[in-house]
Amino acid sequence: MDLAQAIAQPSVDWHALSPDIVLAAAACMVLIADLFLPEESKWLAMPLSAAGILGTLAAVVSLAGEHRTTLGGAVEIDTFALVFKGLFCVIGLIVLAMSFGYFRSGRYYQGEYYFLMLCSLLGGVVISSARELVTLFIALELISIPAIIMTALRKADVKSNEAALKFFLFSVLSTAVMLYGMSLVYGITGSTKLDEIRSSIASSADEPLVVLSVIFVVIGFAFKISAVPFHFWAPDTYEGAPSPVAAFLSTASKIGGFVGLLVLMFRAFPEVADTWRPAFAVLATLTMTVGNLIALRQQHIIRLLAYSGIAQSGYVLVTLALIDPSRPEANAQALESAIVYLVIYGIMDLGAFAAAVAFARKTGTYFLSDYAGLWRRSPVLATLMAGFLLSLAGTPPMAGAWAKLFVFAAAINSEVYWLAAVMGVNAVIAAWYYLAVVKRMFLDSPEVDEPIEVPYLLRATMGVAAFALLAVFIYPAFITSLADRSLL
Amino acid sequence: MPVSFFLVLSALLFSIGIYGVLARQHAVLVLLSIELMLNAVNINLVAFSAMLQEAGLGGQVFALFVIAVAAAEVGVGLAIVILIYRNRQSVDLDELDLMKW
Repeated sequence: MDLAQAIAQPSVDWHALSPDIVLAAAACMVLIADLFLPEESKWLAMPLSAAGILGTLAAVVSLAGEHRTTLGGAVEIDTFALVFKGLFCVIGLIVLAMSFGYFRSGRYYQGEYYFLMLCSLLGGVVISSARELVTLFIALELISIPAIIMTALRKADVKSNEAALKFFLFSVLSTAVMLYGMSLVYGITGSTKLDEIRSSIASSADEPLVVLSVIFVVIGFAFKISAVPFHFWAPDTYEGAPSPVAAFLSTASKIGGFVGLLVLMFRAFPEVADTWRPAFAVLATLTMTVGNLIALRQQHIIRLLAYSGIAQSGYVLVTLALIDPSRPEANAQALESAIVYLVIYGIMDLGAFAAAVAFARKTGTYFLSDYAGLWRRSPVLATLMAGFLLSLAGTPPMAGAWAKLFVFAAAINSEVYWLAAVMGVNAVIAAWYYLAVVKRMFLDSPEVDEPIEVPYLLRATMGVAAFALLAVFIYPAFITSLADRSLL
Repeated sequence: MPVSFFLVLSALLFSIGIYGVLARQHAVLVLLSIELMLNAVNINLVAFSAMLQEAGLGGQVFALFVIAVAAAEVGVGLAIVILIYRNRQSVDLDELDLMKW
């Protein structure tokens, strides 16, 4: 054989990889810039990161409507991938806005923080288009490992230490369990590519082994998305971490886990869906119910949002319990509702976190009792917070209502009525604790009358997010056009 | 040798690892137990890779990635353990109970 031919480079579609490359370059640039910036201008790392994320967003837009595969099928650009790449960029921008004041005034390792955040975000951008086990696993770890360091960034704070260790142990444990499942999948099918796994897993005679391996993978992901009963780390980690990092974990990290799960379940394992579907129904029911019930008695806003985030994961898990390739229409509807839910959840959850951060910056407290009479201290902040909480509760006039309704409709169309009923009951329980906070902000009288100034950047970001949620409620076609079946 | 020998070995290692994670209180021992679990994965991957022969190169590459990521994780984990030891003079996991419910 001709030697030159033997080592010929494989063809790589660089345009398809451009979002990932731009973001990786931006992360390196931030790290290098941080080396040379003097201490008082370290904050420049933030606009630099924002520029990097905007560049990534531009690369994502330049690929709009394309369908490409590259790197031997390990990376596939389709609308599903682009929607989530775009969502991760938006999440990154909002978290940057939340972090700016927090890290600048605290003087915690600003440059390192922005570098780590971009790396973690890169994991999310990569996982959106990963269609192969090794790539999925690397992307997932790329989300987690920098996030662990970000959690531990307040080095002298014992709560931050404890949060980081809990997060670390659960994250690594879940990785080990997930990898064990993946190694068995590889053994059964002889491939790490999802399409090849799909075609050979159905014909595998070894059904117990197939079930075992898929369940291992699902348990590994259940830790990452903090599904009950694998959720113990989440509230503690969110409470102890710097609050912008908690917001990042509750959105980017969780959505990253869900993207991986959606890709695996809709793409690699649908042919054996009958064996694992009941596991998701149980997980979804437990996650929604336990998350909402524990959230009822929380007194700390970050812990409340953590348990609310757990319950929200439960609603997305419902869609995974509806996967059924023998009914293409219902199957596609399940995928679409999952995409819509995750996009809306990312924005509204970040909004609520941003409002909590803005409140804590001026008052230094996270306790719900201190939110009493917020309306009189800062009408803007109270209105925005109420908007995000109403959206999380799934009540009009915010986009969260559509998110819940789409999942509900998908469950009805798949004729899984009992799961739809569980969802309905849970929506009512959840409304209780969200509305309790709203009531406290608007009807109770404040202990101190001192007005609260919201930083300009944070106010603008929250305003745009709230406006987007309102606009989507009025004109849902905007968001349903993003929901796409290209993954199937 | 049949591949099942390796699978049994790896299942045993994995179980010992899980037992260690659940039963040990010392953070470093828990870290070591997790390493055992990751190495069980590597044994699986390499055994399957040998079983598949020519077609099984992917398994060996996968194992290399697992080793690299495990090293990165242990680096971060030990850093956190040292941080906690500095602040509290102990790395007993049962004492980490500042936050509950």
